[in-house]
Amino acid sequence: MGIKIDDICFEYERGTAMQVDNQFIGLIGHTGSGKSTFVQTLNGLLKPTSGHIYYNGEDISGEKFDKKKLRSDVGLVFQYPEHQLFEIDVLTDVMFGPRNLGLSDAEAKKRALEALESVHMPEKYYKSSPFDLSGGQKRRAAIAGVLAMRPKILILDEPTAGLDPKGRDSILGMISDMKKKLNMTIILVSHSMDDVARYVDRIMVMGGGKLLYDDEPVKVFRHVQELESLGLAAPQITYIMKLLKEKGLDVSTDALTVEEAAAEIMAHRRELHV
Amino acid sequence: MIKIQELIHDYIKRDDEGNAAGTQRAIDGVDLDVKAGQFIAVLGHNGSGKSTLAKHLNALLFPTEGTVWVDGLDTKDEKNLWEIRREAGMVFQNPDNQIIAQVVEEDVGFGPENIGVPTDEIWQRVEESLKAVGMWEHRKKSPNRLSGGQKQRVSIAGVIAMEPKCIILDEPTAMLDPNGRREVISAAMKLNRTKGITVILITHYMEEAINADRIIVMDRGKVAMQGTPREIFSQVERMKELQLDVPQVTLLAHELRGMGLKIPDSILTKEELAAALMGGQTSQNSGLGGDCAKKEAAHGDQN
Repeated sequence: MGIKIDDICFEYERGTAMQVDNQFIGLIGHTGSGKSTFVQTLNGLLKPTSGHIYYNGEDISGEKFDKKKLRSDVGLVFQYPEHQLFEIDVLTDVMFGPRNLGLSDAEAKKRALEALESVHMPEKYYKSSPFDLSGGQKRRAAIAGVLAMRPKILILDEPTAGLDPKGRDSILGMISDMKKKLNMTIILVSHSMDDVARYVDRIMVMGGGKLLYDDEPVKVFRHVQELESLGLAAPQITYIMKLLKEKGLDVSTDALTVEEAAAEIMAHRRELHV
Repeated sequence: MIKIQELIHDYIKRDDEGNAAGTQRAIDGVDLDVKAGQFIAVLGHNGSGKSTLAKHLNALLFPTEGTVWVDGLDTKDEKNLWEIRREAGMVFQNPDNQIIAQVVEEDVGFGPENIGVPTDEIWQRVEESLKAVGMWEHRKKSPNRLSGGQKQRVSIAGVIAMEPKCIILDEPTAMLDPNGRREVISAAMKLNRTKGITVILITHYMEEAINADRIIVMDRGKVAMQGTPREIFSQVERMKELQLDVPQVTLLAHELRGMGLKIPDSILTKEELAAALMGGQTSQNSGLGGDCAKKEAAHGDQN
């Protein structure tokens, strides 16, 4: 189960090649680096100018290829997805996708209930109007709407933009749980290096329409200067550890989260002057 | 500059026919006093009342009860409306909704032209405003060709061209990449420091608040906490209760304290943490150090 991208070009994108298989992937890049264009080619919303995308070995631009199946298998959650809520209540809204796939109401409802549970939506909101929910809850409802199509690959374009810190953590925690429970591939497009460092197993960095890095987070964030020249940054923790090292504390600068940094500093307790 | 007394704001809920069907209280008894030239950061979870409060500051919303004065002018008094909106400029989250012209300099000139500023002076204001946010060299470009951070700086320039005494930024960095965030925050900081413009910054990024003169934390329509960044961020548990956070370096220091290290509980920058851990007797280990330090200084606002 996976997607393979061979040297696709879309207008300004040239030569992006990668393979994606059952992982939690972070896709980062400055505004205009080609992230959103790229993810839209993955479920066939945009056609590559040249190059090929293979889904389970089949070229998605091929004439016989089942596009409808692709769109239900590769779910795309756009930025500010709550703008797409429209139904009378939350449950009906989430049922819209599966119904559209031609499923019976009973099956659509079953899938919708599962999806709402996966996004940790409290049951008391199922019959509420989606417009009466808080920002974070609206976003959950919108993600559930895509999840109810039972995608094998879920792409989320900046799912935490505009949310408060607690909302950010709980959406990302929810996505991470979902990944483990449903055993699916997740591609998270994000501008927050701290979030990406904390949750994903693999990072892809885009710049000028090209895939510049594709590696595990620790390795990608070793390229601090290159990331900065791309308009990005390392996680805040990386900068802290680098400063401590410069000041003479012999710590590893690979820590990406507060917990890892605290453990690493405590491992050097004898060298500290406190 | 801004004085708020016992402010209450109720949103009216309407049913399908448009009849009032109850109210929801968004601001519940807020008192606030902002002096001219201050840099204030407003934090609070989604739905805590931050944006409702901000919209009172340039008379986009009016108090249900209580009073808001902007530079001594009561926002409820209709004849003050245009004066208040000129003095208190607002920048919103999405730059694409705020830029209207085809060319950067025309967009910035739109506001002054609209209020009848003479042509020579419009161009003078456009030049000053674009220079103030570091966008002068992009003046002939189409806004479509700018990055998110650049667009947002053009939005700020458009507000400055109105020569306001106060700028309210409502989550101006929510949609931006790290570089864009840095550009926008340092532009706001510079306007405050060099031109003495009062800045009110609403944000969900805790790091953006560390250089503020004062932080106001909203919760359920009330001011839950207020104080200097050091006073606010030293209360890690309280901030988490309010569904917020503290800067990562402050959180790291808090964790280390929990593990038994005797370091202060109000660390806001990585330099302070280094000094606390290494007791000031730091060794200059290589020539590389100086270079990196300079690079990182450029990051000061963000980290």
